[in-house]
Amino acid sequence: MDTKSKSSEEVKKVYVESGIEVKTLYTREDVLKGNPDIDKELPGQFPFTRGIHPLMYRKRPFTIRQYAGFASPEETNERFNFLIKNGQTGLNVAFDLPTQCGLDSDDPRALGEVGRVGMAIDTLDDFEIAFRGIDLDQITVSMTINGSALVMMAMYFALAEKRGYELKNLRGTAQNDILKEFIGRGTWIFPVDKSVKLVVDTIEYCAKNIPKYSPVSVCGYHIRESGANPIQEMAYAFCIAKAYSDETLKRGIDIDEFASRLSYNFDIYGNFFEQIAKFRGGRRLWSKIMREEYCAKKAESSWMRMIAGGGGAGLTKEQPENNIVRTAYYALISALSGTQTMALCTYDEAFTIPTEKAAEIALRTMQIMIHEMGICDTVDPLGGSYYVETLTNEFEEAIKKEMIKVDAWGGIINAVATGKIQEAVSHQAYEREKNVQDGKVLKVGVNCFKDEEEAKTVEFHPYNIEAAQKQIDKLKKIKSEREKDKVKSALDKLKNDAIENNNLMPATIEAVKAYASVGEIISVLKEVYGEYDEPIFF
Amino acid sequence: MIKKILLAKPGLDGHDVGVKVLAHALKNAGFEVVYTGLRKSIEDIVSRAKKENVDAIGLSILSGTHGILCEKMNDEMLKSKVNVPWIVGGNIPAQDVDALEKNGAQKAFATGTQIETVIEYFKSIKN
Repeated sequence: MDTKSKSSEEVKKVYVESGIEVKTLYTREDVLKGNPDIDKELPGQFPFTRGIHPLMYRKRPFTIRQYAGFASPEETNERFNFLIKNGQTGLNVAFDLPTQCGLDSDDPRALGEVGRVGMAIDTLDDFEIAFRGIDLDQITVSMTINGSALVMMAMYFALAEKRGYELKNLRGTAQNDILKEFIGRGTWIFPVDKSVKLVVDTIEYCAKNIPKYSPVSVCGYHIRESGANPIQEMAYAFCIAKAYSDETLKRGIDIDEFASRLSYNFDIYGNFFEQIAKFRGGRRLWSKIMREEYCAKKAESSWMRMIAGGGGAGLTKEQPENNIVRTAYYALISALSGTQTMALCTYDEAFTIPTEKAAEIALRTMQIMIHEMGICDTVDPLGGSYYVETLTNEFEEAIKKEMIKVDAWGGIINAVATGKIQEAVSHQAYEREKNVQDGKVLKVGVNCFKDEEEAKTVEFHPYNIEAAQKQIDKLKKIKSEREKDKVKSALDKLKNDAIENNNLMPATIEAVKAYASVGEIISVLKEVYGEYDEPIFF
Repeated sequence: MIKKILLAKPGLDGHDVGVKVLAHALKNAGFEVVYTGLRKSIEDIVSRAKKENVDAIGLSILSGTHGILCEKMNDEMLKSKVNVPWIVGGNIPAQDVDALEKNGAQKAFATGTQIETVIEYFKSIKN
């Protein structure tokens, strides 16, 4: 009996988090079973499993784009310049919660939140300060903004125009993926259908006026952080991108006019090979969807361009220095998966807004990989690995199946509006947490290899209450100095456009140019659209 | 043992994974759980507690605003004469725990707390 239990232990079944079983050994047979054409796959060629560009990092390494922003636009501008001076090649702007929820800094609901988790923005004046001295041609700016994305994009475009950049050449990215906000992250404002309408307005406007700007970065990231497994992360993100595409097509815009400007934001934590396979398999599937279902003709339309990194949910409050090691692995995963852009959570992020030191370590982690590890020397170094290729095939199939489930729920917009997805994801979050607490899923320093002594703490990024007050005073000053008639007529025009179901981007740009505030613009839209009523599931 | 618990998200913070995990766990442990959803004002939360006639309240705050929000909570509970224990959980640095527990919160549970510890706390409340 002893022998029997021992031998059954030796061949214990192993599964990746998504539930796919891992064999003890893979051979060429396994790969060919899932994809007989494997030898024909090349980077830069459909279906892009091995990467979207033929030369990938040999031509140019991935962009490093750390998430940053706090307190006032002045202080954020300083941090931006610090990061740029230290070799960061793109910006990823963090906004505070009032800005993200469409409230002004002087709103009573904003109390204590002004400038806390990101930079406070009230009017175009704040944008002018935040990007002072930064060449918008040289540094691409990505904005983590969703509920109030329409307004932040309008401010960015107005700023660029004011500073003399040609909008037809302007690059940059807005996160602007509202559907995932209903699943995780929670900065929704309007009902689901109206929220999607606003996203589609930005896609349409950019396709026609600012064709190099990426108006949406569809986020599997926050869906995964909320409890989804890696298969669901990809599947739900693809369903969301399809929903935005379908709605844009309804406006008579050709798929090739906008599909290449949709990008993705994905999460990395957990099983090393599972993450790489999800990206390779996902990239192949997305290109097939675009080419076969949407009849996209331009190669770029079927690229799954992404920022991949993170991964907040993988980091721990216990033994925080271990997070430096974890994020180095996440960076390696990201590079081996052919990412376009990388951002890492900092080791102190489970506690606080990153300190300058922590932000620098994250930056250096990526630079060490690029400059010391030879990671950029050849394209898709894991291509041809029996295991990785087999898992890639399995992920492509599994993501496809998961997307069919969403169709059965009446599509992603319906599944989000009814709370179906939220319910599924939050149940999984519970199961996962339970498994961690029961020791079934191991987390070093949390449920194994724990420190005996008191948990170490980290240095805290202080909340700058003076900066918050300064921001409120400045808003008051701007409100008293701006041309009131101009503001009023711009807001009236916006309201009228909302009622008449016009594209709201032009009127929003006019409103921000008149120094209407975020809160004023969003309030006008709330009058017309109402607010989202959250379905409760747990 | 008390029966009914209100779990709430005050402020603008959208992190709701933890509060939903706890809601689920408390439900499994036999409590009746009401969850408010995101972005409720302290006034909303206290009046909901009154209306639902709950036996205890739990606030979940991860944006770092726990100091300000808990001060408001304490004032509002006193003002509204809702006489039930309330606790706060979330991204709370160790050095803030004492202050919160001295100013109205019965307990302040930082992230990393075992779910079982929170359940045990609610079970220990006398009706």
